[in-house]
Amino acid sequence: MLASGTCGFAEEINDFYDVSQVGGIFLKGTTLRNRDGNEYPRMAETASGMLNAVGLQNKGVDYFIETTYPKIKDYNTPLIVNVNGSTVEEYIELTEKINELDKIPAIELNISCPNVKEGGMAFGITCPGAEAVTREVRRVYDKTLIVKLSPNVTDVSEIAKAVEGQGADSVSLVNTFLGMAIDSATRKPLLSTITGGLSGPAIKPIALRMVWQVAQAVKIPVIGIGGIINTADAIEFLLAGASAVQVGTGLFKDPFIPLEIIEGMKKYLEEHRLNNITDLIGGLQM
Amino acid sequence: MGKKAVGDFTVISNRKLNQSNFLLKLAAPGPLPDISPGQFVNVDIKNAKEIFLRRPFSVFEVDYSNNTLSLIVKILGRGSKVLTEINEGDKISLIYPLGKSFTIPSANEKILAVGGGSGVAPLLFLAKESKLKTDNVDIILGARSAEDHIQVDEYKKFANLHFTTEDGTLGAKGFVTHHPVFREKLNAYDKVYACGPDAMMKAVAKEAKAAGVFCEVSLENLMACGFGVCLCCIEPTQHGNKCVCTDGPVFNINDLKWQI
Ligand SMILES: Cc1cc2nc3c(=O)[nH]c(=O)nc-3n(C[C@H](O)[C@H](O)[C@H](O)COP(=O)(O)OP(=O)(O)OC[C@H]3O[C@@H](n4cnc5c(N)ncnc54)[C@H](O)[C@@H]3O)c2cc1C
Ligand SMILES: Cc1cc2nc3c(=O)[nH]c(=O)nc-3n(C[C@H](O)[C@H](O)[C@H](O)COP(=O)(O)O)c2cc1C
Ligand code: FES
Repeated sequence: MLASGTCGFAEEINDFYDVSQVGGIFLKGTTLRNRDGNEYPRMAETASGMLNAVGLQNKGVDYFIETTYPKIKDYNTPLIVNVNGSTVEEYIELTEKINELDKIPAIELNISCPNVKEGGMAFGITCPGAEAVTREVRRVYDKTLIVKLSPNVTDVSEIAKAVEGQGADSVSLVNTFLGMAIDSATRKPLLSTITGGLSGPAIKPIALRMVWQVAQAVKIPVIGIGGIINTADAIEFLLAGASAVQVGTGLFKDPFIPLEIIEGMKKYLEEHRLNNITDLIGGLQM
Repeated sequence: MGKKAVGDFTVISNRKLNQSNFLLKLAAPGPLPDISPGQFVNVDIKNAKEIFLRRPFSVFEVDYSNNTLSLIVKILGRGSKVLTEINEGDKISLIYPLGKSFTIPSANEKILAVGGGSGVAPLLFLAKESKLKTDNVDIILGARSAEDHIQVDEYKKFANLHFTTEDGTLGAKGFVTHHPVFREKLNAYDKVYACGPDAMMKAVAKEAKAAGVFCEVSLENLMACGFGVCLCCIEPTQHGNKCVCTDGPVFNINDLKWQI
């Protein structure tokens, strides 16, 4: 599947290949109203990864419903809206609007964006915060509710249990790690916001550890995210307990990575004489 | 579907033009799509493991009959350095074609293209395409010193070429905007194009705006993806934040919010 914020609104990837071949597309983070996002520069490359400080630039949910949705709704793969708010009320209002759309089978509740001042990660870093949003959104939403977790916490499995307790159908993790980059020559920060979110292969080992911890703590399916760029990476996440994976920053390197992983997994199953990918989930050999 | 591609190109030649500039000629894995001046490709930097993101480079020349394209790579940092060390026969992965092109002039229009630094790359391509429409193509190339001027003979095929150097070793001394052609005849042009360092483009844009002449510039904002999904390359415009990689890199100066 394709991670939110790294595959636009699916059309951009469909310019390369028929997106019905991927397992699902998590659309760019959407908010109730138009957001211009943070100032340039929003990106700094780091060793084996990058920092971003996009700040949820998007045209707002009404634009999405009127303009984007009609163009993409017939793509033959699950389209999941990544829902963002700065208050519980905003999360609810946005969810109610998305609920009206037939071709959106699920939402991913983003309580983990490190790049906006208000809301976002604030909900994702405490159990009461995460519980409150999940509970209230669950009340108004009957389709599949995925909650996206922040890695910027002491114990991510506590948060995962908290949202499971409030009726989340699945958790996805991780969002980006709070990080920072400085230009030693100019002595200035490289991002306009000073700090930003770290993603890419650099974060994979930590993401993998967190997915493993969460998979042991909850019964709901876990979606693994963080630095996945090839088949081996994806399989490692499944072995750690993820039921599915998302490719994010890897798409910038090569938008075809998800298709390569799907092919690679088929080969892996043959080579290891396994019938089903589900045989791998949580299959870590101790 | 299929409007953009990722493909392994084969290096046909890698020629050193001067101290810091290299000309890479690359053979496409299949028929090339239409590529226009100002469009770019995003190049995977191999053999540099910790470099994760691709690097954008403008298309310098396209040869459809042989399915090749050329890039001019100026060494700036680690990625461009590694790229210039590539050997004949090596494969490199490109995402292509990306971005929007310059507005090609109409028949017989008078145009002036101004370039400096690594920003000269798309100008040859622009001159070549423009030459099909008009004989009135002027180019001013600016550089620090005479030896920084590259591929001069190529440009001469398609344009009246003028030079400036900061040290006065070739052409007029000073910056591109100091050249007599620019200072005295700007009004005479139907279209002015600029690419190169920000300060240079702003200087050109300022004069063009004052003279009321159509002017397009090509921006080089930092990019992560190059195809419109990451929203890292944004430029504030009169119509909100736009992606340089998909809405640009070429912009009309009237759309930008430059304080000029
Ligand atoms: C649309 C476009 C067309 C370009 N065309 C050409 C060209 O034809 N010839 C040429 O020599 N250069 C061109 N550039 C600039 C070229 O992309 C950078 O010089 C190159 O990315 C530097 O990489 P590096 O690893 O050597 O530098 P680094 O060590 O990473 O950084 C040095 C500087 O390079 C620039 N830079 C680094 N990464 C990127 C990136 N991902 N995107 C944009 N800029 C970056 C930044 O200004 C940075 O400060 C173009 C840039 C853009 C956006
Ligand atoms: C440029 C960029 C923008 C992102 N935008 C969002 C977003 O809008 N919503 C969200 O939930 N996650 C967003 N993310 C986080 C990714 O979905 C993903 O969780 C994270 O990058 C880690 O995975 P990766 O290492 O595969 O990229 C963004 C990441 C990047 C790099
Ligand atoms: S570089 Fe990613 S949107 Fe332009």
